[in-house]
Amino acid sequence: MTAPVTRNARRATEDPLWIRVLVLGVVLVFLAAVLILPLGAVFAEALRKGAGAALAAVSTPDALAAVKLTLLTAAIAVPFNALFGLCASWAVAKHDFPGKALLITLIDLPFSVSPVVAGLIYVLVFGAQGWFGGTLLDHDVKIIFAVPGIVLATVFVTFPFVARELIPLMQEQGSDEEQAAVSMGAGGLTTFWRVTTPNIRWGLLYGVLLCNARAMGEFGAVSVVSGHIRGLTNTMPLHVEILYNEYDFVGAFAVAALLCLLAIVTLVLKSILEIVQPQVHAANHVRPGAPH
Amino acid sequence: MSVSSPTAAADGRPQPRPPARPPLFRRRTAIPGFGLTMGVTLTILSVIVLIPLSAVAIKSAGLGFDGFLAAAFSERALRAYQLSFGASLVAAVVNGLFGALTAWALVRYEFPGKAVINAVVDLPFALPTAVAGIALASLYAPTGWVGAKLAMVGIKAAYNPVGVVIALTFIGLPFVVRTLEPVLRDLAADVEEAAASLGAGRLSIIGRVILPALAPAWLTGFAMAFARGVGEYGSVIFIAGNMPFKSEIAPLLIIIQLEQYEYGAAATIAVVMLGVSFLMLLVINAIQAWARRFV
Repeated sequence: MTAPVTRNARRATEDPLWIRVLVLGVVLVFLAAVLILPLGAVFAEALRKGAGAALAAVSTPDALAAVKLTLLTAAIAVPFNALFGLCASWAVAKHDFPGKALLITLIDLPFSVSPVVAGLIYVLVFGAQGWFGGTLLDHDVKIIFAVPGIVLATVFVTFPFVARELIPLMQEQGSDEEQAAVSMGAGGLTTFWRVTTPNIRWGLLYGVLLCNARAMGEFGAVSVVSGHIRGLTNTMPLHVEILYNEYDFVGAFAVAALLCLLAIVTLVLKSILEIVQPQVHAANHVRPGAPH
Repeated sequence: MSVSSPTAAADGRPQPRPPARPPLFRRRTAIPGFGLTMGVTLTILSVIVLIPLSAVAIKSAGLGFDGFLAAAFSERALRAYQLSFGASLVAAVVNGLFGALTAWALVRYEFPGKAVINAVVDLPFALPTAVAGIALASLYAPTGWVGAKLAMVGIKAAYNPVGVVIALTFIGLPFVVRTLEPVLRDLAADVEEAAASLGAGRLSIIGRVILPALAPAWLTGFAMAFARGVGEYGSVIFIAGNMPFKSEIAPLLIIIQLEQYEYGAAATIAVVMLGVSFLMLLVINAIQAWARRFV
């Protein structure tokens, strides 16, 4: 009754203790069931027969070939999409033209397409029965069931990551600094490297980080175009599937545990980036079909 | 120095003024590189995304109208859509409820380990779907740690549509949490305080002040989780059981048609799914446009 008004006011926006405990309890049980236990299950299953068995499973020639192919794919797809993202955001955010909203929607399009469909379209274009299938066969070029197809499918599913991170960031920053640089005689490239890059580097890093996680982990799209040839066209996620279907659970979960470590590193770096540069993430909330 | 002539030279003599720039030149287009970057953007976008995507439409059109209908709406395809859309809907509802509670706890409460929980919510974005798939399958299978306990109370949570819902719940959760969080954070506390000072109870504040403000973001997150679930493949196939007519999702049916060299049928199912994704994009954009009108 004699409590000061400010205390009452603060309490009005605060839930009673029992509600807080209840909500937090429900949330923790739900997150444990859906996210935390599965993550734990991967490591538990991988180590079921000891660390030695797990290590042996990830150092077989087929597993190492899968690791190499995954790294190669990401090493091509991520820089490619980073360059595309820089080009697209420069064109979209620093200039005015009709149809801008449509272009942004089209760049985002791959996120709304099922990964399986992403693989299918390249089979229809480059497969033996596809548009260029005959021509490719004549010149002895293999794209589907070979590494180029895997890279193409990965580029497709990770296509919007960097662009969608940079476009809102660069739009928010405007183009006053660039205009000042240009009006003082700086060339386009100089302006880009000296003025724009320092402003967008954290956003770029954020986009690259998410792009890389998806590139290394993509399954559906790559599964359609890969042909599952061990040691040749098997990425890490595909290798997980093969081992799992062969009931080699320790092997499957050991390779999966490597991918889990990748995910954990990604999440830690992402959290650090969000603490260092809060506006990077604030500029861009989740949009349809974002990373996975 | 002459005030009227800012371009006066050091010797005080007024210099001829530079000719006034045409207005178009002073706009944003003063920044160079538009032609080059736009050209590269459109070329890559066409080669990687637009032209290949047109292939499904063209391939599917090659079946003719009757062939299209037969492939798009075969009994098996209808059952597959039913499962993909139905399970996505249920998972989106589950995420709509628990995702909202999670967002609420992350924005409003302080508790130990909050930073870790916050990072873990993004796990579905970072974890490869195949890994999620085998992890969920091993956990919820009748022999699994959680599955065995559920089996004791008569719930079968894997190798049936329930398993599909579990996988799609995993995949969709961050969409709901991450769309609600910023809106909850921006929700001004003084509105709630005003309601409280006017005598509103906690429940009526939640029902009349907080929920209406959250509704657009909630619907958006729900629609995103749903759209993502419809196309999902990797996390689902390990836990689904993949029985035709029973637990076979639409993306899996595309792969099965492809393996049987039924390219036209595969493309046709893809066209149906693309149509639905496109519809979902329109719905999400409409919700956001509607929300902007009222904020």
